[in-house]
Amino acid sequence: MTLHILNTSPSDRTTFLSCRQALSDEDTLLLIEDGTYWALPLHRRELSHLSARVVVLAPDCQARGIGTDSLNEVDDAGFVALTVQHTRIVSWF
Amino acid sequence: MIYTLIIHNAPYQSATAGTALRFAKATLAAGHSIHRVFFYRDGVYTANTLTAPPRDEQNIPALWQQLAQEHQLDMVVCIAAAVRRGVLDEHEAKRYEKTAHNLAEGFELSGLGQLVEASIVSDRVVTFGGPQ
Repeated sequence: MTLHILNTSPSDRTTFLSCRQALSDEDTLLLIEDGTYWALPLHRRELSHLSARVVVLAPDCQARGIGTDSLNEVDDAGFVALTVQHTRIVSWF
Repeated sequence: MIYTLIIHNAPYQSATAGTALRFAKATLAAGHSIHRVFFYRDGVYTANTLTAPPRDEQNIPALWQQLAQEHQLDMVVCIAAAVRRGVLDEHEAKRYEKTAHNLAEGFELSGLGQLVEASIVSDRVVTFGGPQ
């Protein structure tokens, strides 16, 4: 079980693709900072194709005016909880 | 759990510096301990004592210093990354014959060995990455 943390926006597709290749079914993908732009309706379809669970960092979505409806969201405490639940943590940037 | 945080980003470069600070606070609030905060690559600019942001902006270096003081955090700055970016303590300033030094209080210049040791000791290592 690995927690993947992605902080790059959809304008940097390469990082997302590298991350996607490394995802396995029991992993979690956490979108933070500009990575939350992947939650925009325009890009949502890419996320729905992933077999891993996708979670967004709520304060970063709020800071960017991104709606989180129907997505799993966590606050900062939830971010910490995710790092406790996963034995491995990989940051993509 | 024991945590180590690695910060690759300069304050004011992107959102990362703020995220790392928030994460550190949330980690401590949840009752975990932070064994070390390691500032790497452009993250070394966090330790520049000459940082002077506008008053209505967050002073990220000062906030780290405050957090470190409250929780006795060990804040290590990669010496090789720092010296080439002009972040020097008194000792390095003398060694390179510079007229000034600017490593902020509460930070310490040291090598990657400190990161290796922290990774061994910690249950979790979280990297806050920045632009390449």
